[in-house]
Amino acid sequence: MTHLRTVLLPPVLAIVFAALLCAVALLISGDSPITALTVMVTQVGEGTTAVDIVNSAAIYYIAGLAVAIGFQMKLFNIGIEGQFRLAACVAAIVGGALALPPVVHTLVIILVGAAVGALWASVPALLKAYRGVHEVISSIMMNFIATGLIAYLISTDSFGVLQGNNISTDPIEPTGHFAGISFGASGTIFGFVFVAAALGLAYGFMLNRTRFGFELKASGESPTAAAAGGVDARRMVIVALLLSGAMAGLVGLPELLGRDYAYTLTSPQGYGFTGIAVALLGRNHPVGVALGALLWAFLDKSALALDNVGVPREIVLIMQGSVVLSVIVAYEIVRRYELAAEQRRVAAQLRAAASAPAEVAS
Amino acid sequence: MRISRGFVLAAAVLTSALVVTGCARDTGTQQGGGGGAATECTRNSPPAAAGGAATPAPIAPNADASALKVGLAYDIGGRGDLSFNDSAAAGLEKAISDLGLQQANTRELAAAENESEDAAATRLRQLVADGFNPIIAVGFKYATALQTVAAENPNVQFAIVDDATVELPNVTPLVFAEEQGSFLVGAAAALKTTSCQIGFVGGVDVPLIHKFEAGYVAGAKAVAPSIEVDVDYISPAGDFSGFNDSARGTEVARGQLDGGADIVYQAAGASGQGVFEAVNAANAPDAPKFAIGVDSDQYNTVAPPVNEVIMTSMLKRVDVAVFNYINAVAAGDTSVLPEAFDLSVDGVGYSTSGGKIDDITEQLDAYKAAIISGSIQVPSERQ
Repeated sequence: MTHLRTVLLPPVLAIVFAALLCAVALLISGDSPITALTVMVTQVGEGTTAVDIVNSAAIYYIAGLAVAIGFQMKLFNIGIEGQFRLAACVAAIVGGALALPPVVHTLVIILVGAAVGALWASVPALLKAYRGVHEVISSIMMNFIATGLIAYLISTDSFGVLQGNNISTDPIEPTGHFAGISFGASGTIFGFVFVAAALGLAYGFMLNRTRFGFELKASGESPTAAAAGGVDARRMVIVALLLSGAMAGLVGLPELLGRDYAYTLTSPQGYGFTGIAVALLGRNHPVGVALGALLWAFLDKSALALDNVGVPREIVLIMQGSVVLSVIVAYEIVRRYELAAEQRRVAAQLRAAASAPAEVAS
Repeated sequence: MRISRGFVLAAAVLTSALVVTGCARDTGTQQGGGGGAATECTRNSPPAAAGGAATPAPIAPNADASALKVGLAYDIGGRGDLSFNDSAAAGLEKAISDLGLQQANTRELAAAENESEDAAATRLRQLVADGFNPIIAVGFKYATALQTVAAENPNVQFAIVDDATVELPNVTPLVFAEEQGSFLVGAAAALKTTSCQIGFVGGVDVPLIHKFEAGYVAGAKAVAPSIEVDVDYISPAGDFSGFNDSARGTEVARGQLDGGADIVYQAAGASGQGVFEAVNAANAPDAPKFAIGVDSDQYNTVAPPVNEVIMTSMLKRVDVAVFNYINAVAAGDTSVLPEAFDLSVDGVGYSTSGGKIDDITEQLDAYKAAIISGSIQVPSERQ
């Protein structure tokens, strides 16, 4: 049923369409699409860009998986942003305060991150399960609370240390770092990239090979049918959102454990929202989300290279926006086309079946 | 049962809210009524001016920068923010017109919002790879990236605005005594207020902006010890939206104006436009309200008629720092640059465009001279 065509055609169509749209935008603004494309391709070989793309893709991948877990159950965890930021902040504070042997130290920080992410997601989860509060509303509210809480946590009155005009948490000792693979001048791949890959495998396994994964998908497809089949809907909501939150809690860790070693005022934001786009691009499929994350990271880094040659980098935002939009449209078009084709096939079979006895009778 | 309990709760909340608003309004009226008489605001006389504040001599004679390739990496917003980045751009343009720097030998890149640390490093590396030297990073967000990239490229000269934490021989910090300039506009506000109540709107609750607040409060209290200074920040630390949210700037400023403040100083980047609009809306012939701009001379950068409420601006001369840095590199000696750009080198100051504070410049210059001579020490942290 699901041909390779059905899976691959929509994203390819979407990317081509988005690229054409960008080419038109570039032509209108007086820049050459050819130059832009050349720069985007050649930048990959320059400096640390290739490594940066892989590192960012790993971060986006974890964020995308966190969103995808919720999406499987038609739950929209828009609070990934707050969950990941708070988790990174608390993990940095705990990691900076502890003195533990190597490996143990790193593991503790990772566990703290996942626990804080799950904890932050538990509020929308419980509200959804026991009070029917829509998770979009409650989790987006939790984002704002997280912002305020982080501001308090890293203020110099609590855990922050003033560094020039920046505020930073106490740096994590080398025992807590997650070693990466160095490529010399081309940068260092975060060790966490492999954790991200393992998380993807675990996600795929859970989805297709475990009872929980089946119940998750079943509850998403039809809550009533799942309930009739003995699935506890309330428990599923809570577990799915907690898992999503725990995954979100890991989003900030590649950079924390592989490069920054502290949480600062200028620590990056927005990965939670990138995760939503990446999950949509990848249709919640472990491989699809990985490809989406790579594409997104590639486009992000392209913005820097385009800016460097004077092409407006906003073109990348147009590209990202139109890719997401057209992927959704393309999947819908292909789905309808497949549906119509199937109906025709069934109709043809039925006709054949109906006419066959008639021929015998005549 | 549940309904009635909820109802009671709601009623209780509403009642207490009413009580609170009532209180606030009462206080406001008292302040406004009592403050109407300027006599209540007892003002100290300015320090005896020791020869006034002379225009400082240039840091170094102009050198020939025609052989330099200068790269600038801006903070979020880049050119066109009417304040911080534009000021850096003005310094670059002055170097082009005065030092013979070739326009073609300059490149300006800008940071995007919420970008990762590696993006800042990549931007600096791109400039290095294309042969730019010196390279100026505008904004403390570049500190970590610069630490890495400058260490990788010891033969390239770097400068960073607003940060002094990178300790490498090829990195020049360009930092400012924002508190000194803010002291002067605080003094100006205290001299001009009729309600003895003034406001401060910070963009984001971060240490850099605390320096503006500290100087402003100290300056106002130096003039009028009993003055009331309302301090509000648009967004908490870590959420940098407060530098780019005009609508919330309006809300916060309106709150202060409604509470009785008649002069509002904004250190809020692009949100400042919203502050100016709130002040403009509250301005009335019988109860004039004023705003104080920041970084650039905003009377000249903000569009009329709103700019008419800007009585002065705290100048943070990023342009002076950028120009002097390029000049120093061209001359081959960055050691002539001051440790901090303060009042004594015109690194900070106040503007007089619009002529709204012409009557008090003498007093302000007396304070300025006292700060330069060291007889007044301005705190850089809030009290």
